[in-house]
Amino acid sequence: MAGARNSLLQSGRWRGWEYPLWALAFALPLLLPRQALIINEIAIVALFAVALDLILGFSGIVSLGHAAFFGMGAYAAALFAKLVMPDPLLGLLVGVAAAGLLGAICSATILRGTDLTRLMVTLGVGLILMELANKLDWLTGGADGLQGVVMGPLLGRFEFDLSGQTAAWYSMTVLLIVFVVARRLVHSPFGATLKAIRDNRLRAMAVGIAVNSRLSVVYTVAAAAAGAAGALLAQTTGFASLDIFEFHRSADVMLILVIGGVGWLYGGVTGAVVFKLMQDFVSGITPQYWTFWIGFFLVVLVSVGRERLIRPWTWWRRAAAGGKS
Amino acid sequence: MLTILFDGIAYGMLLFILAVGLAVTMGLMNFINLAHGAFAMLGGYITVLLMQRMGVPFLACLPLAFAGAALVGALLERTLYRPLYHKPHLDQVLFSIGLTFMAVATADYFLGSSQQMVQLPQWLKGRTELGEGPWMLGMGHYRLFIIALCAALTVGLQHVLTRTRFGSRLRASVDDQRVAAGLGINVNHVFLGTFAVGSGLAGLGGALGAEVLGLDPSFPLKFMIYFLIVVAVGGTSSITGPLLAALLLGIADVAGKYYIPKMGGFIVYSLMIVILVWRPQGLFVRKGGS
Repeated sequence: MAGARNSLLQSGRWRGWEYPLWALAFALPLLLPRQALIINEIAIVALFAVALDLILGFSGIVSLGHAAFFGMGAYAAALFAKLVMPDPLLGLLVGVAAAGLLGAICSATILRGTDLTRLMVTLGVGLILMELANKLDWLTGGADGLQGVVMGPLLGRFEFDLSGQTAAWYSMTVLLIVFVVARRLVHSPFGATLKAIRDNRLRAMAVGIAVNSRLSVVYTVAAAAAGAAGALLAQTTGFASLDIFEFHRSADVMLILVIGGVGWLYGGVTGAVVFKLMQDFVSGITPQYWTFWIGFFLVVLVSVGRERLIRPWTWWRRAAAGGKS
Repeated sequence: MLTILFDGIAYGMLLFILAVGLAVTMGLMNFINLAHGAFAMLGGYITVLLMQRMGVPFLACLPLAFAGAALVGALLERTLYRPLYHKPHLDQVLFSIGLTFMAVATADYFLGSSQQMVQLPQWLKGRTELGEGPWMLGMGHYRLFIIALCAALTVGLQHVLTRTRFGSRLRASVDDQRVAAGLGINVNHVFLGTFAVGSGLAGLGGALGAEVLGLDPSFPLKFMIYFLIVVAVGGTSSITGPLLAALLLGIADVAGKYYIPKMGGFIVYSLMIVILVWRPQGLFVRKGGS
């Protein structure tokens, strides 16, 4: 018992290099004030990827519709700011709560069936929400997007400025909070049971883990975290549009996670940095055909092997004989 | 009302031809292939280009669309798909999304993002009406042609699957790959052949559907969900399952769009989720399969 506790605590402890890393991240908007907008975007996307990692990397649920919760958070926060009050923190909470509620409802749909069924159901939820946002145009502005969202100052003091420094710090703080929570979660006994379910569901059930309730809880948490990311996007850009429900977004975030590494919380963050910089670079050259290069990258990534791409020295060795199937 | 039913059936038949290849390959290799729509788009573009640039008649284009898509399918199967059969589903999903994105961007680059039009021959353009009042049945000739062709193909496929040697090999491989290989069936060849025919059928469906569904570079993404619904709801162990699912989907979609246009695709997606939560393996499952 003590051994198990120690091994869990050991892996969950903060390493020395992590403090300067976060300190540097927080100093970035100050060091590069011109890049504050993209830093803000990266923080949001990283948050979204961390949310997806909770269910994809740690629980093994292949979801193609996580943008549903992202969008839910964004629309909830934007509507709250527009119709009720412009305070950002309350809006963030509303976005998180709305997405979490939706996640709790949807978690009932992902408990049964095969990977294909789950893929379809998550995709379907995303599409339904997109249809809803499109058709309820008196509320959401339909295809034109929800315009005229004005945010109040953060904590009643810090205005969101055009250069985006406040926004970057705001998003980064939320990212750090969610990151710490997620880290606690995956290194807790609860997280260990999630990994057990991911690796072998039948055995997990046999040793007495309540598979369904664990999956529901983690799905809800991941949905709420994605909602936080969506709320941040809506608040810092002052805009919410149908585009956030698009299939593209779910696929992109999956790609981000895979670039960084699945089942590793820093994977989402690393992936977000690499992806956004790459996007910035490539769309500077060919703005229109960015999707081709994403696609190409995905095909190469999978053909070479996800684990091997970040370790070039293994490329010329023979692949280890087949994975589990 | 009958007209809507008729259009729904035509639409469903078309979806079936588009998706049947996906159903068989998914059942056979347990491979989640989201790039199936790209083959359909390829078939559609082959037809459009041949007709516009070279003046090939419509009917002659159909087999060419089939052959072109089948050839590309076989090439890709051999080079890119085969190493991925035993990878986790996440890898397969990523790979096929990547392939889809590439297809979309390539089509956009070479052919522009506008809708492509198909000039149907004169004899397919008309419309026959039977009866009158609420029970009037209006049949577009082209839709009639689609139904006839797809029905013939379905019967042919069913015959191949149940009566021929290739069909029994295929069914054996679907049920249990290892035992089939142990009995001396060259499972790789069966896979290759099936994949090529499945892609070819998608190409044919794309060619036929260019007029009904519209054809532009976002085709694979737009219809991906429909193909997947057919497969997920119909199950992958037979071809009658996907056929019924495709008909159901076609009729529900056409009727939904006609009677409650405000709801759009809402009905179809909700129906799918309800069905999948209720019966996660699909509606029509053959017992004893894998």
